[in-house]
Amino acid sequence: MPLKRLIPCLDVTGGRVVKGTSFVALRDVGDPVELARFYSDGGADELVFLDISATAGGHATMVDVVRQVAEVIDIPFTVGGGVRSVDDATRIIEAGADRVSVNSAALENPALITDIASRYGSQAVVVAIDAGDGVVHTHGGRVATQTATIPWAITAAECGAGEILLTSIAQDGRRTGYDLELTGEVRSSISVPVIASGGAGSASDVAAALRVTDAALVASIVHENPGGLPALRQEVSAFGILLRPGRTS
Amino acid sequence: MTVVVIDYGAGNTRSVRAALHHLGTESKLSADPEDIASARQVILPGVGSAKSAMAHMRTTKADIALRERFDSGQPILGICLGMQLAAESSEEDGGVTCLGLVAGHVERLHAERVPRLGWAMVEPWNEAFYFAHSYHVVNGPTTATSEGVSVAIQSGSFLGVQFHPEKSGRAGLEFLRRCL
Repeated sequence: MPLKRLIPCLDVTGGRVVKGTSFVALRDVGDPVELARFYSDGGADELVFLDISATAGGHATMVDVVRQVAEVIDIPFTVGGGVRSVDDATRIIEAGADRVSVNSAALENPALITDIASRYGSQAVVVAIDAGDGVVHTHGGRVATQTATIPWAITAAECGAGEILLTSIAQDGRRTGYDLELTGEVRSSISVPVIASGGAGSASDVAAALRVTDAALVASIVHENPGGLPALRQEVSAFGILLRPGRTS
Repeated sequence: MTVVVIDYGAGNTRSVRAALHHLGTESKLSADPEDIASARQVILPGVGSAKSAMAHMRTTKADIALRERFDSGQPILGICLGMQLAAESSEEDGGVTCLGLVAGHVERLHAERVPRLGWAMVEPWNEAFYFAHSYHVVNGPTTATSEGVSVAIQSGSFLGVQFHPEKSGRAGLEFLRRCL
């Protein structure tokens, strides 16, 4: 298996990075291009950007951000949020992103996953699943659907998703640990990699997640102290997790 | 003389070109046989599907130009899919005939998790690079492996790597610098 991955996630709207708790109460935490460069230099394995603006104007701004980020970092990055068509995916990938993440639009139309994967390869498609109470939620985690989480993860993988980004809505932003049980259950049901998301509060939380899955998304714990990423990585490694070797400073 | 990045309609050639730019090298995105013949280095980039890439190259005659370039001993670097395209054939997309610059066939990976996504050590180079692939070359002229998978092949003037040097941080940039 490849090494485990520690992935900072940047929620972007209006050209700024923001952070909330369980998807609400957003606060500004910085410039996405600057933060991206900082995290890339700080040893991040990948980055995820989520465009949480809800408008066409917001999405156009995001494409500009993607272009700028691609110029300054040399690690892979995924962009999601409002990707509803192959054209949306194309705009993002041609602006320089490696992968796109699809969420609600894929749930409504699983063929979208297949269509993007046919064009760019499965490794270019991440399906993001926001989960709570055993079911998938849409609209930024606010609307519960009738679709059970694990069957949807299985379907998404069958449709061509190269990876599942699984967020626990209840844990998101609370910094009390990931939902390890949910993550483990989803991962053992499919054979594509799984990124755990929602709840990281400490290196110990991240290490616990990386014992059960392939990658862990972090947000609040890095955005409040971007310069602390190398130390966080070292602490996670000290728990016995195999991350890519860091540079000595 | 310039560095040509082959245009076969694949997404995101921007990252490879940005990496070259960071190394102080300008590049041209092209499928033109004359550009391919006269370039000091040609890079086959790493995204897309085998079938559409080969179809694109046949239409533009880039496939012939690449074979001629290889036969005349001029360097070609293949990245990820670009490495696989140099082999004889690929199992992808229901079966695709590839460039046949080097021996070998491309098969789907049999591993616990596919795609093989993430950083992994490459031996004997003892360096970690970033991988994102579901297929791999078998029975090719392997010069480096990662977890037993062939991740670098070299024959004549062709060097192919399964990882993405343009996405592999400092190690990737250093690798690209050595290729130029």
